[in-house]
Amino acid sequence: MSAKKPSLTQCQSLLVFLSDFVDGTLSDELCQEINSHASECEHCRIVVDTLRKTISLYHECADEPAEIPGEVRSQLFKTLNLQDYLKP
Amino acid sequence: MSEGKSEISIEALRRGDRGEFARLVDAYSGPLYRLALKMLGTASDAEDALQNTFLKAFQHMDSFEERSSLSTWLYRIASNEALMLLRKRRPEISFADTMAEEEDERNYDPVQFTDWCCLPEEEYLSAEGRKAMDRAVEHLPETLRIVFVLRDIEDLSIQETSQVLGLSETAVKTRLLRARLRLREELSSYYGDRLNKRSKE
Repeated sequence: MSAKKPSLTQCQSLLVFLSDFVDGTLSDELCQEINSHASECEHCRIVVDTLRKTISLYHECADEPAEIPGEVRSQLFKTLNLQDYLKP
Repeated sequence: MSEGKSEISIEALRRGDRGEFARLVDAYSGPLYRLALKMLGTASDAEDALQNTFLKAFQHMDSFEERSSLSTWLYRIASNEALMLLRKRRPEISFADTMAEEEDERNYDPVQFTDWCCLPEEEYLSAEGRKAMDRAVEHLPETLRIVFVLRDIEDLSIQETSQVLGLSETAVKTRLLRARLRLREELSSYYGDRLNKRSKE
């Protein structure tokens, strides 16, 4: 995935570390290697940046409260025979 | 689903205290419904999965071992329910087919190289943007989707996700990376188009 073609093998070998890299759980040494490679390889830089953006967008949506619709909650309480505990 | 819900009394649940069950349902139904919805894609199926999850949890409360947290146990039941409904819905697609598709490494090589990170903020989480994000999740093979939903939507750790699914942590990490790479491809396609349209306006 290289524009300047550092080497296709190098691009592919870095791919496997990208999740840990983006999550901040990769060793400093490997982080440096990826940063240094991405500074020379435009395609890899884009993959790293857009992968990070992709994950952050899903995290942003997931931060919104997870609620169930009122009618789903009512039906659930009825099915579970808990309707006497059904308070708003 | 934070462990802040830990004030729920396991002892009371085991005694069959219905009031405690009601509190359990209110504490966990939101995240479990979201998981089911992301996995199944339709509100009616998600509702079925949610009901089955709590019915099974109530029936099998005795088998809950406190080695895992209550939330991990509930996520395990909910994940199994969702996967079972998916397989019932598409019996013609075998688990082996899904695995074969998932295992094909060629499916994960990046092919989209548009840098769409510079779009205006309002583009990303617009109603249309959110639909594109949901569609991308729906398109993931179910074996990848469940890992992604547990880890990146429900914010479980790698270790918790591996406990929920009975997979090794290495397998969870591999599937998570594959899911994220697939999603990046799909979002690159959608937001790349948005970028093109904006540049022509």
